[in-house]
Amino acid sequence: MNNKIASLMMAASLIAVAGCAKKETPQDLPPPPVGAEGPTGPAEPVGPAAGSQADFIAKISSDRIFFDTDKSDVDSEDQATLASQAAWLKNYPEVRITVEGHADERGTRDYNIALGARRANSAKNALAALGIDAARISTVSYGKERPEALGSTEADWARNRRAVTVTVQ
Amino acid sequence: MQTRYATALFLAGLFASAPLAAQISGTITDDNATDSFIVAVPPLATPTDVSTPAGQTGELGRRVADIISNDLNATDVFTPKGPAGLRGTTMADVTAPAFSEWASMNAENLVHGYVRNNDDGTLTIGCYLFDVGLKSEMVRQGFVVQPRDWRRAAHKCADAIYARLSGESPFFDSRIAYIAETGPKGNRVKRLAIMDSDGANHRFITNGQSIALTPRFSPDYKSIVYVSYIERRARVYVYDVVSGRQRLVTESPNQTFSPRWSPDGKTILYSMVVGGNADLYTVPAQGGTPTRLTNSPAIETGGSYSPDGTRIAFESDRSGKQQVYVMNADGSDQQRISFGGGSNATPEWSPRGNLIAFTKITGGAFRIGVMSPAGNGEKLLTNNWQDESPTWSPNGRVIQFFRTQKGSGKASVMQVDVTGAKERRIETPVDGSDPAWGPILP
Repeated sequence: MNNKIASLMMAASLIAVAGCAKKETPQDLPPPPVGAEGPTGPAEPVGPAAGSQADFIAKISSDRIFFDTDKSDVDSEDQATLASQAAWLKNYPEVRITVEGHADERGTRDYNIALGARRANSAKNALAALGIDAARISTVSYGKERPEALGSTEADWARNRRAVTVTVQ
Repeated sequence: MQTRYATALFLAGLFASAPLAAQISGTITDDNATDSFIVAVPPLATPTDVSTPAGQTGELGRRVADIISNDLNATDVFTPKGPAGLRGTTMADVTAPAFSEWASMNAENLVHGYVRNNDDGTLTIGCYLFDVGLKSEMVRQGFVVQPRDWRRAAHKCADAIYARLSGESPFFDSRIAYIAETGPKGNRVKRLAIMDSDGANHRFITNGQSIALTPRFSPDYKSIVYVSYIERRARVYVYDVVSGRQRLVTESPNQTFSPRWSPDGKTILYSMVVGGNADLYTVPAQGGTPTRLTNSPAIETGGSYSPDGTRIAFESDRSGKQQVYVMNADGSDQQRISFGGGSNATPEWSPRGNLIAFTKITGGAFRIGVMSPAGNGEKLLTNNWQDESPTWSPNGRVIQFFRTQKGSGKASVMQVDVTGAKERRIETPVDGSDPAWGPILP
């Protein structure tokens, strides 16, 4: 489950619960995510704005691919994820993206930056091979600076060895 | 057994040219500290206990002694005693020490001195070292400083004592650039900060809005080169300490990182990612055309100049794992030197030239080690879950590094003597990583 979907769903469920508990005041609720569908308005479905980051997240299978320790190769599962991203990107040729490369905490700082760069570049190359103009894709490596999973287990590290595609809005 | 042997060999080399080598008999090992100098450091005297912007001179006498004692305790060379538990001293003691009294507590050497307030608002800190057995004076120095610089005078005194007794170059009067860390593990706030070698006189430089990483002081302390994620692009900047302005080390759309100064401060060595591939480059520190030094599809990063500027140590995974290599400063003659098992990374050439410190990754631990520039005599100094990124004291005697805790990810700046003894945490206001030791202050 990726973070952005998770936070959207979290916000949606909070609002839904609040809708049942009538004593809740609206001020106590987190603001609805921009472009997110209002849970109490099924009669007027308003999806994420076309071409937005929320739309990207809603339409693709995942915004990220994962790697083995010290590796940066794209396997068939990753390829399918990237294909779903590429399909969306073809619909919005004006949208540019950044691929963020990450490493787990079990590496030295500089090496992890280089490793994250390799991973971001692997995703970029795969997207380019799927027909996305490489000029639309920038990359940045965060090394081990921005872990998604916060523990120190093999499972945490596996979630952190990732390349995440983000639309540039 | 093997560790003791390596230690003995190492120290023999260390003290071979030291003028007082004969005073250090045998070998210094972790469990045999009796060969170190026992130095008594009682509180310093004051002619008149008066108030100054730095505090009462009498109290300063105790605090200066605290700093000297703490400094001398950084290496295996000394076993300082005091000032806690020792009597105060008078101006009469300074010129005529009670040698028999100090001999009775087995002190081999004795530090005396005084803190005097001058009419022009400055402080004079007198610094004396005596040989207790010979009843003779070994060091007599005075430092006239502004009250705000009183700690520097204490470090200068410790440096004079250290240099006289060890035969090595001084190192206490120097500064550290590092990264101050706060906030949750997944969104750490990382700020560039500077402090004295003992953690005092701390100052934040960046505000934490962008991630800051891997700073290095220029040899003249006027600039700091580091990585900033300003505008979500990670690039190397040169920060001017005086003006507070910074500039890109090189205009490039590519990610740049792992910056280092050449020993003469004229060149910046860094890594740049082109098409996913990190290689080492140099660029004139004042700006200019970059020169590519490595040209391999593997990761090349973590460069570090030899003190004479002719060679560069770096890490590469061209063999399949991170290993340490050395090459000429123009990129020619690249040779792997680490063959001791595991992965070996973050080489840092000693200012003395005789050793390369590095991070060894093996058996689930990240440890700080040293080896010769030819790759011989590997010795591991620490043993923890994640110690990395060694940096040398200006005299090549002591190493700082940072230690990350499993789980929480909290990091601390640590220090260890090159013998592996005297491991200690450097106190910082918040968590700390990426320490980089600057040269001895002018």
